[in-house]
Amino acid sequence: MKPVSGDRWRGVAERSWRPAALLLACLAIWHLITVTGLVEAYLVPSPGKTFDLLVDKWSYLWGHTWVTTYETLLGFVIAGILGVLMAVAMVYSRTIESTAYPILLFAQVIPKIAIAPLFVVWLGFGFEPKVIVAVLMAFFPVVISTVTGLKSVDAEMLELAATMGGGPVKTFVKIRFPAALPHLFAGLKVAVTLAVTGAVVGEFVGSNEGLGYVILQANGNMDTPMLFAGLIVISVVGILLFLLLDLAEQLMLPWHSSRRGAAVTTLLAKGGS
Amino acid sequence: MSITLGTTSAVAINDVSVRFHSKRTEVTAIQQVSLDVAPGEFVSIVGPSGCGKSTLLKLVSGLLKPSSGSVTLLGEEVRGPRHDIGFVFQRAALLEWRSARKNILLQAEMRGMNSAEAGKRADELIEMTGLSGFENALPHELSGGMQQRVALCRALLHQPRVLLMDEPFGALDALTREQMNVELHRVWRETGTTVLLVTHSIAESVYLANRVIVLTQRPAVVKEVIEVDLPSERDYSATMARPEFAAATAHIRDLLGAVTGHD
Ligand SMILES: Nc1ncnc2c1ncn2[C@@H]1O[C@H](COP(=O)(O)OP(=O)(O)OP(=O)(O)O)[C@@H](O)[C@H]1O
Ligand SMILES: [Mg+2]
Repeated sequence: MKPVSGDRWRGVAERSWRPAALLLACLAIWHLITVTGLVEAYLVPSPGKTFDLLVDKWSYLWGHTWVTTYETLLGFVIAGILGVLMAVAMVYSRTIESTAYPILLFAQVIPKIAIAPLFVVWLGFGFEPKVIVAVLMAFFPVVISTVTGLKSVDAEMLELAATMGGGPVKTFVKIRFPAALPHLFAGLKVAVTLAVTGAVVGEFVGSNEGLGYVILQANGNMDTPMLFAGLIVISVVGILLFLLLDLAEQLMLPWHSSRRGAAVTTLLAKGGS
Repeated sequence: MSITLGTTSAVAINDVSVRFHSKRTEVTAIQQVSLDVAPGEFVSIVGPSGCGKSTLLKLVSGLLKPSSGSVTLLGEEVRGPRHDIGFVFQRAALLEWRSARKNILLQAEMRGMNSAEAGKRADELIEMTGLSGFENALPHELSGGMQQRVALCRALLHQPRVLLMDEPFGALDALTREQMNVELHRVWRETGTTVLLVTHSIAESVYLANRVIVLTQRPAVVKEVIEVDLPSERDYSATMARPEFAAATAHIRDLLGAVTGHD
């Protein structure tokens, strides 16, 4: 059940070599495209040039990365808390569920990039509009997954709880909520990647800092190496946040992850979507 | 809350009917069933699949309301889910994130029992049901039989006066099932609990019970009540070999064959 640590690391190596090889292959193709002159260098910079820039402009990028990460995390946490509360309310009250669902769906289908300018008009160029867009992006998957999780509880288990007489609060704390955690985590992992997108979208619309701003600036200056560097950093932030949640899930739900399989499996499964 | 036993039945089902309404159909699961169970009695319930046995246990526990008639449990009419019972379902229904011992202790936590006492009692039950060494195993690390034993321990933890069991051993292999029967018989004799057991095994129903209730095809009515004429001290193989045992099982088999239309 618990592999000894030597096995564990070998397991990690066995699972990671395929994605690592794929990544290398992509880099190689990227490199080949640029050195053969298939595409002009000002359109696609070579990987070498991009990485040189990543190193040279590190402190500049780092500051903007921190801004975007901050907006992302704040939006994600707010969406997580509000999403779970909303889901609990919807599961326990049919009235709230039927009232909230259409609004929720409406908020989900409306293009965030289209309403982001409105938040800038209302709230200015600070971090608030970015956080709001991140919240809007991340909220929906949290609600849906938590509702699914809370409803997935075995009906017999709830009947059993009724014969034990613990009342609704104990039943929620000891049975319903823990049972919903695997679903909740699945939703959180989707939500965190969407929160990154939300923050960057918010920055596109109006800002003077953050990775979205970096990309917009680079675009205006035809500075493709910087544009590529910005894209890479955004992806790395998203992936790291995702992996962090995956780790948290494994630590908090060992009973679940021991049967679900490896972290990398879910990462790849998600990467495909 | 004191009730005088002896004069009162532990479970009294009075002329109860249950009808389920759904969009398209109306199903009568139970029709005018009456049954009295004396305190400390062990009653087995057998009947064809889908006739309403589980429904009957849910009525007694208050998880289900009768369409007509009434149920009295320990001298009090059943109006909602009752807490003075232990219930074992066909599936173990364990929380997969809790160890065997913690699953048993869920009963104590939900009831707000004294945790030291509950822990001691849980350890006794674990010992008694042969789960020692698996206290800390998670449900998916236990065999089906062990999971079922955990569910039994959980149902017994608070020393309920009435124990309801819905095909608790259905998923077990023959040998484990026999062991569990012997175990349950011993627990019943030691605790004096009133037991209602739903089962598909005729041998099990006779070996364990004072009385066996045979129900008909849906809508269930009581076809016959068989008094089991066996000594209360029941060694498993000796009991199986007794002529009364053979007679009772043969009779029940005939009855069930008649109600299901087989021979
Ligand atoms: N919640 C429900 N809604 C509608 N019909 C139901 C419901 N519960 C049970 N029934 C119906 O009532 C009848 C009796 O069901 P019950 O589960 O009590 O049977 P059972 O005797 O326990 O069967 P088995 O031996 O297969 O477990 C069945 O025909 C079933 O379809
Ligand atoms: Mg049943």
